[in-house]
Amino acid sequence: MNSEPDRELSQSDALPTSSRRHLLVVGNPNVGKTTLFNRLTGQNARVGNYPGITVERRLGSLELSGGEVADVVDLPGAYSLAARSPEEQIAIFALLGLGGHPKPDLVLVVVDAGQLIRNLYLVLQLAELRVPLVIALNMIDEAGDAPPDASAIAELFGVPCVPTNAKSGLGLAALEAEIGRLLTQPVPGRFSLDYPEALKRDRDRVAEALPTSFRSNVERDRALALWALSSIDGDDELEGIPAELRERCLDVQRDAGARDIDREIIATRYAFLDSHAARIYSQATPHPPKRAASARLDRFLLHPVFGFVAFVGIMLLVFLTLFSWAEPAIHGIELAFGALADLSRAHLPGGVARDLLTEGVIGGVGNVLVFLPQILLLFLFIGLLEDSGYMARVAYLMDRVMRALGLHGRAFVPMLSGFACAVPAILATRTMERRRDRLLTMLVVPLMTCSARLPVYTLLIAALFPERKLFGWLPAGGALMVGMYAFSVLMTLLAALVLGRTVVKGRHVPLILELPPYRVPKLSSVLRMMFERAWVFLKEAGTVILACTIVLWALLSFPRAPEPSASAPAQAAAVEESSARALALERSYGGRLGKTLEPALAPLGFDWKIGVGLIGAFAAREVFVSTLGVVYGVAGGDEDTTPLRQRINAEVRPDGRPRYTPLTGLSLMVFFALACQCMSTLAVVRRETKSLGWPLFLFAYMTTLAYVASLAVYQGGRLLGFG
Amino acid sequence: MTLAEAKRGKLVTIERVGGERAFRRRLMELGLVPGTRVELKGVAPLGDPIELLVRGCSLSIRRAEAREVAVVSVEPARMGAPESARVEVELDAPSVT
Repeated sequence: MNSEPDRELSQSDALPTSSRRHLLVVGNPNVGKTTLFNRLTGQNARVGNYPGITVERRLGSLELSGGEVADVVDLPGAYSLAARSPEEQIAIFALLGLGGHPKPDLVLVVVDAGQLIRNLYLVLQLAELRVPLVIALNMIDEAGDAPPDASAIAELFGVPCVPTNAKSGLGLAALEAEIGRLLTQPVPGRFSLDYPEALKRDRDRVAEALPTSFRSNVERDRALALWALSSIDGDDELEGIPAELRERCLDVQRDAGARDIDREIIATRYAFLDSHAARIYSQATPHPPKRAASARLDRFLLHPVFGFVAFVGIMLLVFLTLFSWAEPAIHGIELAFGALADLSRAHLPGGVARDLLTEGVIGGVGNVLVFLPQILLLFLFIGLLEDSGYMARVAYLMDRVMRALGLHGRAFVPMLSGFACAVPAILATRTMERRRDRLLTMLVVPLMTCSARLPVYTLLIAALFPERKLFGWLPAGGALMVGMYAFSVLMTLLAALVLGRTVVKGRHVPLILELPPYRVPKLSSVLRMMFERAWVFLKEAGTVILACTIVLWALLSFPRAPEPSASAPAQAAAVEESSARALALERSYGGRLGKTLEPALAPLGFDWKIGVGLIGAFAAREVFVSTLGVVYGVAGGDEDTTPLRQRINAEVRPDGRPRYTPLTGLSLMVFFALACQCMSTLAVVRRETKSLGWPLFLFAYMTTLAYVASLAVYQGGRLLGFG
Repeated sequence: MTLAEAKRGKLVTIERVGGERAFRRRLMELGLVPGTRVELKGVAPLGDPIELLVRGCSLSIRRAEAREVAVVSVEPARMGAPESARVEVELDAPSVT
């Protein structure tokens, strides 16, 4: 074994004074890493972010037998430690305790027993780095009659290896015992690999350029030098790499000439693993039984005809669930909060405090909770699709179409969800690895016709296109509704094409997609992920939505109008109250803002009343209907819009012509289709991008698009003699 | 011949992985080092991407990138041999020090 003395053994392996130990969990994607993490940490995991980057960091704690508690951090899944982006770079920095990450006391690497050699490639890198290591040989149940020999793997790398099945809990006690033992009695690493001579020289030249803060023992420095050689190049996006190290890597690569350093490193490692495969497997098992079953299923699910039928069926189920089956729960939440608001209105003394509570706080909490049914359902489906292995097939099937638009294949499910609501759809962009892919999807999804636009379209179509027939037979209302959907899809695709080539250009990244074997999802893991997502939404986006609701309420309620006199007879009071509310709204800051905006809105065919409706619609697009009801002083709820429709048709301009013509309606619908009239969307984009700039950009580009398109519709229509 | 020209269900051996560095490195790290046997398992219904079977694992890449991967057919005589981990690498045989 290695003859070099481990210079810092006593220092790096000594017990830290703090009793809180730090355990990192790493592994390839789709190896059951998260299930194992959940098993180890029980119910106490939290989801956060790595500092300065939108990569999720799951943190839990593990109680060891001695009463000690270890912090457990789940690193993002990775096939290798080599990195190009800051996201991929987290792994190496977290493993070595660089760049502000705490140094782990132990690293648990989870490997898939059914795809062992590829998984051991990662283990080899970890062993070379001499991090304190324990291997969980997971999914041992899938490896068939002749599973890999854990003791041979342990011997190969000089670290303990425990066979586990995270799903059933098999081997977990042994793993926990091993973790406890290794945390108190660390086993020093002793693995190193013999590389070709030329590569050794290159590696040592790079190792010389490592800054003091990166250095440890000789073997680790060499492994880190190999990492740097594999990762650094002219246009990587790594952060915190000292200039000297970067220069040295580029020099070494330049001097290598025709030699392919990447190939030398990787081929040497695989040659080592392959040459030991015979020792690990007691007999050759090229296709474990699970993989054979997967292949049979794929013959159907990836079939040119049946595969697409199955795909459409599954996607239709997701869509219908979000679009209509969530509706009773949404309606129930709306009714409950409506009743709560009525209760507070009826029992509390009138005044600013009551109105703030009723319309600001209760309304705001309702505005947040109303998203929960769709978020929970969408993440239930995403969890099932991911864990079953079908999500990778979605990307495989749709890649050709989505790539043409500059989108990732995995963007398909978020885009589809956009037809129900942009908020869960934006949260669902998490299924994509690259920030650029997530960002582009987030920026175009709000253009899809979400269900909140429907009440607006329904009102305008019913009021302005009643009973009309195109060509004498086609109902204009229905055709218009279909047209609005087609228009929104077209605009979404166009926006993806344009934004993907300008604002979020990004480098072209070749697709390398693993199609993992199909597995039965573990419901407890799926439900856990679903509730974690919902909780993050409530905590981080919900608070912003609540605050915005209160601001919006204040905008439309101040300055306060005098209370209507209580002495008037009931009939008159109702009329008086609705006209008083209309007057109050007109005099509010929001009303004044609407009037200020009128000159800008007039070319689109809108007046200040529509302007106030647009401001109110910020809470949620469908609120446009009720705000318009208040502006026009029309009594009646959201359920029956007949009085409002009549009022809309009766509304006239100062010169006596009707205010609302079919052309105004069309212009207004186009505006609603394109404008980002939704503070909740902006709140989740802010949460997901961790920036204020992107939501502002989203708002600006969509509003500009909406304004220009409405202007074109209205003015173009007038030139053609309509309206 | 390139991987993009391989026939469905046929075994080939990787000769050289080309293309841009990030792609080349990632593909090799997933086990497609020169000398490895790969089966073209299938083609997506829309004609692209293609699905490969490497070391018992299904991977999918696009045709454009598959054109960068040079392969040779495995002779019929060797077709019956178990497709797994027998890899011939031109480098010196490595060992644990």
